[in-house]
Amino acid sequence: MSTRFWTGSRRDAAAGYLFIAPQLIGSVLFVFVPLGLVFWYSLHEWNVLADTFTFTGAENYQALLDDPKLADALVATGFFSAGLVVLNLSLALLLAVLLNQRLRGTVFFRTVFFSPVVVSLVAWTIVWGFLLQDNGGVNGLLDLFGVDGPNWLRGETTAMIAVIVVQVVKNVGLNMVLFLAALQGVPGNLYEAATVDGASRTRQFRSITVPMISPTILLTSIITVVGSLQVFAQIAVLTQGGPGTSTTVLVYYLYQQAFQFHHFGYGATLSVLLFAIVLLLTLVQWRMRRKWVFHES
Amino acid sequence: MSRRAKTAIYGVLCLLALPFLFPTWWMVTSSVKPINDIFAFPPSLLPSEFSFDAYRKAFELQPFAQQYFNSMYIAVLVTVGTLAVSAMAGYAFARIRFPGANVLFVVILTGLLIPSEVTIVPLFKMFDAWGMVDTHWPLILVPILGAPSVLATFIMRQFFLALPGELEEAARVDGLGRFAIFRLIALPLARPALGAVAIFTFLHSWNLYLEPIVFLSSSEMFTLPQALTQFVDAYGGPMWDIQLSAASMTALPVLVVFVIAQRQFIEGLAHTGLKG
Repeated sequence: MSTRFWTGSRRDAAAGYLFIAPQLIGSVLFVFVPLGLVFWYSLHEWNVLADTFTFTGAENYQALLDDPKLADALVATGFFSAGLVVLNLSLALLLAVLLNQRLRGTVFFRTVFFSPVVVSLVAWTIVWGFLLQDNGGVNGLLDLFGVDGPNWLRGETTAMIAVIVVQVVKNVGLNMVLFLAALQGVPGNLYEAATVDGASRTRQFRSITVPMISPTILLTSIITVVGSLQVFAQIAVLTQGGPGTSTTVLVYYLYQQAFQFHHFGYGATLSVLLFAIVLLLTLVQWRMRRKWVFHES
Repeated sequence: MSRRAKTAIYGVLCLLALPFLFPTWWMVTSSVKPINDIFAFPPSLLPSEFSFDAYRKAFELQPFAQQYFNSMYIAVLVTVGTLAVSAMAGYAFARIRFPGANVLFVVILTGLLIPSEVTIVPLFKMFDAWGMVDTHWPLILVPILGAPSVLATFIMRQFFLALPGELEEAARVDGLGRFAIFRLIALPLARPALGAVAIFTFLHSWNLYLEPIVFLSSSEMFTLPQALTQFVDAYGGPMWDIQLSAASMTALPVLVVFVIAQRQFIEGLAHTGLKG
C-alpha cells in the first residue's frame, strides 16, 4: 500500500489545485498579464493610424513630467479623493452612531441611507445632473429658503463639491453599515465602567469607541481611498471633466488619452502611475495600522 | 435618553435623509410629468397630470428592451459564474491543504490592488486581438475570472475559515470525496456568504460603465448605464424626460427588491467577511 501514488492527501491536494484553477488562471490571464503589458506598452509609442508600435524607452515617462494637464489631473484627483474620504468616513460614522441609539425607526432610516447603494450608478448620476442644473430641483429647494443657488456644474469649485457630494451620498451607506456592525460589537460594560468613572460622552467616544472600532476604520478607509481613485462614471456623466479641467481626475484623463485621442502608449503610462498611487496609498495605510489600530490580532 | 435628545436625533436624521430620498423621488415623479412640467421653476413636487410619453419614446429611440435584456443576462451570468469560481477557490484556500496554498492565496489577493481601470488599455488590446470587441465577452469574462472576483474569493475563504469543520470531517470518515463534501455539505452551509457575494456582484455588473463604453460600439449591444447617456438631442444635450424615464426603469426594479429584502441585503453585507 505504501507504493500507491494516489494517497488520500495527494488526492486532496489535487482537488485543491483543481478548485483554485479557474481563479488562478483567470488572475494570470486578466490581471497579471495585462499588468505586465501596461508596463510594456508604457515604453512604446503606439500609432493606431499608421499601425506602428515603436520602442521609445522612457520617453512616455518624460512626457508625464512635462505634461501640464497631468498636474491639473493630479490636483483634481487629490481634491476629489481627500474630500470624498473625509466626508464619506465622517458622515458614515455619524450616521452609524445616530442609528446605534436604539431608537424606534432605526430600520427605516438604515434602509433610507443604504438605498442609493442599490440604485444604478449612472441613473443616480443622471438624476443629480438634472437636479443640479441652474433651474433644477436643488436650486428650487434653496429658493424656498430665499437662497439664490449657483449654477453648480458650471463653476470650478462648485462642480468639484457637487461630484464629491453625489458620490458620498451614493455610497456612504456601505461604510455606515460596516461601522454599525462594529459599534454593535463594542462591549457595553466598557461604557458603564467609564460612566461610573465620570467620563463624558465625548471622552467615551474618543477613548473607547474609536479604538474599539479602529480595525473597521482602517478597512473602510482603504476601501474608500482605492474606490475614490477609480471614480469615472460620475465625472463622465456630470461634468466631462470640466469646467476647464477642474474635475478631470486621473482615470478620466487616462480614458481621454487612450480611448478618445488613441494615445495608447501614453494611456498605459498613466495606468502605471495610477497603479503606483493605489499601491503607495494602500501601503501607507497598512503601515499606519500599527500606530493607531487597537487590538491587532 | 431625554425627550429633547431624542427629538434632536430624529431632526438630524430627517434632515440628512433628504439628499438620499429626494433624487429617487424626483427621478420617478419627473419621469411621469408632461414635458413642460419637468422644467417648471420653482419645480412642483407632484405631477399635475400623468404622462407616459417619455417611457414610450425610450423604446422608440433605442433598442431599449434589448439593452435591458443585455444588462440583465450579463449580470446574472457574472453573478452565477463568480459564485462558482469564488466558492470553489475560497473553500480550497480555507479547507484543503496543498503545497503552495498560502503563496498562491497572496498572489491572487494582490489582484485587489490592481483595479480594472489600470489594466483597461491592455485588456482592450487583448480582446481586440481575439475579435471580441463589440461583444459581451469582456463584460462577462473579466468580472468572473479577473480582479472583481478576488474580493468574492476572499469573503468566501473568511466564511469557510469560521465555519466549524466537524460535519465535513464526519463526511470524510464516511468516505465522501472532496467535491461531494463541498457540494453537499459546505455549499449549503455557506448560503449567507453566497447571498452577500451575489448581491454585490450583481450590483457591480449592473453598474459597470467604463468597460461597456470602451468595449461596445453598436447600440443593440449596449448595456443600460451606457444606453441611458445616449438619449441626447442633435446638439448632444440630454433629453431629460427620456433619460429620467429610462433611469427610473433601470433603478426601480432593483430598488423594489432591496426594500422587500433589506434585512438580508444589509445584514448579509455587514456580517459576512467584509469585516475582515
